[in-house]
Amino acid sequence: MTDTTNSTDSTKAADETEATGDMQESNSRTPSRRSLIGWGGAGLALGAAAAGGAVAMARTGDDAEPTAAESGAAVAFHGVHQSGIATPVQDRLHFAAFEVKTEDRAEFVQLLKDWTAAARRMAAGHTVGEGAYGGLAEAPPDDTGEALGLKPSRLTLTIGFGPSLFGKFDLADRRPEALVDLPKFAGDNLDKNRSGGDLCVQACADDPQVAVHAIRNLARIGFGKVVIRWSQLGFGKTSSTTPEEQTPRNLMGFKDGTRNIAGTETDRLKKFVWVGAEGPSWMAGGSYLVARRIRMNVETWDRTSLQEQEDIFGRDKGEGAPVGKAKERDEPFLKAMKPDAHVRLAHPDSNNGATLLRRGYSFTDGTDGLGRLDAGLFFLAYQRDVRKGFIPVQRSLAIDPLNEYIQHVGSAIFAIPPGVRDKDDWWGRALFSEEA
Amino acid sequence: MRAVRLSVVTAAATAAALAAVTGCTEKSDAAGGDGVIAVTATDTKCEVSKKEFPAGHVEIDVENKGSKVTEVYLLFPDDRIVTERENIGPGTSQKVTAEVKAGAYRIACKPGMKGKGIRQDVTATGGGKVAKRDPRLDKAVADYRAYAQQQADETLPKAKVFAEAVKAGDIEAAKKAYADSRIGWERTEPVAESFGDIDPKVDLREDGLEEGQSLEKDWTGWHRLERSLWQDKKLTDRDSELADQLITDLTDWQKRAGRAEITPTSMGNGAKELLDEVATGKVTGEEERYSHTDLVDFKANVEGAEKSYELLKPVASENDAALAKELDTQFAALNTLLDKYRTDKNSYEFTSYDKVGKAERKELSDAVNALAEPLSKLAAAVVK
Repeated sequence: MTDTTNSTDSTKAADETEATGDMQESNSRTPSRRSLIGWGGAGLALGAAAAGGAVAMARTGDDAEPTAAESGAAVAFHGVHQSGIATPVQDRLHFAAFEVKTEDRAEFVQLLKDWTAAARRMAAGHTVGEGAYGGLAEAPPDDTGEALGLKPSRLTLTIGFGPSLFGKFDLADRRPEALVDLPKFAGDNLDKNRSGGDLCVQACADDPQVAVHAIRNLARIGFGKVVIRWSQLGFGKTSSTTPEEQTPRNLMGFKDGTRNIAGTETDRLKKFVWVGAEGPSWMAGGSYLVARRIRMNVETWDRTSLQEQEDIFGRDKGEGAPVGKAKERDEPFLKAMKPDAHVRLAHPDSNNGATLLRRGYSFTDGTDGLGRLDAGLFFLAYQRDVRKGFIPVQRSLAIDPLNEYIQHVGSAIFAIPPGVRDKDDWWGRALFSEEA
Repeated sequence: MRAVRLSVVTAAATAAALAAVTGCTEKSDAAGGDGVIAVTATDTKCEVSKKEFPAGHVEIDVENKGSKVTEVYLLFPDDRIVTERENIGPGTSQKVTAEVKAGAYRIACKPGMKGKGIRQDVTATGGGKVAKRDPRLDKAVADYRAYAQQQADETLPKAKVFAEAVKAGDIEAAKKAYADSRIGWERTEPVAESFGDIDPKVDLREDGLEEGQSLEKDWTGWHRLERSLWQDKKLTDRDSELADQLITDLTDWQKRAGRAEITPTSMGNGAKELLDEVATGKVTGEEERYSHTDLVDFKANVEGAEKSYELLKPVASENDAALAKELDTQFAALNTLLDKYRTDKNSYEFTSYDKVGKAERKELSDAVNALAEPLSKLAAAVVK
C-alpha cells in the first residue's frame, strides 16, 4: 500500500521505515475517522477514496507530519493484546479460516513468522515483501498490488488457533480447557464447509480492498503450508467498541450492540474478554473467538409487522430504546419486555452476567438461487471463557422468536493468542516456544 | 486450451531480440562475398568452407555428395532453427539464406533426414557485443526442444489410431484412443500454443465458440470429436472430415515444433502455465466435460512442467536452493496424490473425473496451488 502517485526515493525510504508501535498507539486512541471526516452511512468505499484525496498521505516522506487525526489510519500492530478486538471496529471484514497442510513443525513456525512480518507491514500501510513493482521482471511481484495508493484504513489482522490445530505438531497438551468444541445448539444447521478451521485470520479495515488484499497476500504466502478452508466477507459492522459513535444497525434494521463492551472499558475487558491468570500461560492476554454465520430470512422478516419486530427485539426500531424507555442508552428494564424478547434473553442479567464483546458484520453473498438474498450476520464474539460466555447465552436464545427468521449455518471457535509485543515477536511464539 | 496466450509469445519475442531475423529470402546480393559458406554434405561428413563469417546476410551453398537425401540447418546454440533446407537429393545443390546477428551458431547436415545431424560450430563476427550465454541453459533449451519434438513425433501415430477409429465409425475404439492421443500435446501445450494458430484448431472447447459460430462448421479438433463420441454418441461424415483435419493440423505442429521460440525464461513460464491450465481447466472438469478424462490431461500437464523444471534445475538450484527443494517436495506431493486415482502407476488409466468428489477436487486444487506458487518463481530463479 505505497503511495502510487509519488513513487520517489523519499517515498520508498519512508515505506521501508517500520511505523513504531508508540506512534500508532497514539493514533489508535484518536476518535474514529468516520466521525471526524463525517462519512455518511452510504458509499463508504467512495468516501474513503474521496477522503484520500483531501487528507495528506501519511507516507509522503516529507517532514510535514500529518496530525494524528488525519493519519488516524494505521492501528498499532504491536501490543499486549492483538488489535482487532478492543480496537475501534472498522467498516469492513474479510475473515478466513485455514487448514494446516504441512506436517513439519519448523515449516509451520516459519510461516507464522512470515505471516507476522507481512501483517506488521500491511497494518502500517506497506506492501509485503519487496513490493508490487520494480523487482525482477521475470518474477511475479511479492505483493499483489491492489492496495497500492490506498490508506492503511485502520487495517487490523487478528490470528486465532482452532481446536483441530492442537491435534497437530504434538500440541495436544497445550490445548486450553476453555477451547471447547461447541455443543450442538437448537436450530443449528451447520455446513461443515463453512465451519471449523485450524487457524483463522480476521482482517478488518475501513476499505474492503485493503482487507481483501491482506487475506489474499497471507493466503499466497501460505500456499503449500496452509489452505483456505472457508472465508467470509462482511460489509457493515453490526457492533462497535466506540459508544460515542452512532450504534450500527444489522440487516434487520435494528441497532445492534448498544451495550457492547467499549474499547476504553478496561475493567470490563479484563473481566470478560482477556484471559488472565487462569492459564494456560501462553494465552495470557489472549481471548476466545466464536464465529457464527447466521443466515437471515430477510424477505420474511420484512413482511413482519413493526410491532412484532419491536417485540421480538425488545427495542424500538427508530431510536433503539429498550421497551418502556425513551433513549437508546437508557438502562433496559427486562421485566417490561416480552419474556422471550431477544434483548432480554441475551442480557447478562439473564445469563449469570455472561458478557460478550461483539464484533460482527453483515454479509450478502449474492442470492440463493431461489430469488432470495443470501444475507445475514457474520457474528463474531470475543470472550474470556466460552463456557461462561457464548455457550450459556446461545442456549438461552433457544426460545428466541427471532429463530423463525434466522438460521446458524456456519460455526467456528478459536483461541486468540496475546498480542505481538515488538518487531522480534511473532504470532504464536508463546505457544510454540514456551513450556506449558 | 486457452483462448489467449501471451507469456510464451512475449517471452519468446524478448529472446528473439538477441538472436536473428530469420527467413529464406532469396536475395542474391551476397553471392561470392564473405557471407557465403559452402557446405559439402556426405553420408558421414558435413564440411564447411569457413567457420567464421561476418554477421548480416549469409548464404549457405549446400552440395550433397552423399548417397542419401539430406537436410541442412543453421541453428542457434540452443538448437532453435535459424533457417533450414530439406530434401536435398544426392548429387544436387541448394542455397539457403538468412540474416544473422553476431554470435555462435551451428550448421548441421542430416543425411537420411534423421537424428541430430552432423554438426559444425560456426561464428558470425562483428556487429557489436554478443550476449553471454550460459552453456547449461543452452543445453536445457536444446533438451527441452528435443523433448517438445519427441512429444509431437509420438503424438502423431497415437492421433492416427484415434482418427482411424473415428473414420471407421468405431465409437468404442475411438473413445479408448482419445485421451492417449492428447498426452504429448498436453505435456508441451505452451510450445504448441506459441504458434498461435494451431491450438484453436485442435484444442478448442465448446465454450471457446462465440455468438454466431456454428458447432458444426466452426468447431474443429479433439473436443468436437469428444462431444460426438460421448455426448452425441454418433459419428457422422463430418466427424471423419474432422479426424482428417486433426491429423493435418497435428502434422503442422510436428513440423513446426523445432522452430518454436524457446528460452530458459519461457521454459520456466511454460511450466507455470501448465499448472495454470490444470488450475483453471482440469481441476474444474471443464476441459474434458464429456469424456471426463481430465486427470489424464492433468497428469500430462504436470509431467511437462516437471520436465522443464528438471532441465532448468541445475541452474535454478544453484541460484535458489530453497526454491528447488520446495519444488521437489511439491512435485512429489502432487504426483503422489494423482497416483491415488490410478491403479497402475505406469498406466494413464485414471479415474473418470465425474467420479471425483468435491472434497477430493479441493484436495487436488490445494496441491496444485502448493506447487504453482513456487513454480511461478522458477523463471526468475533461472535468469538471476
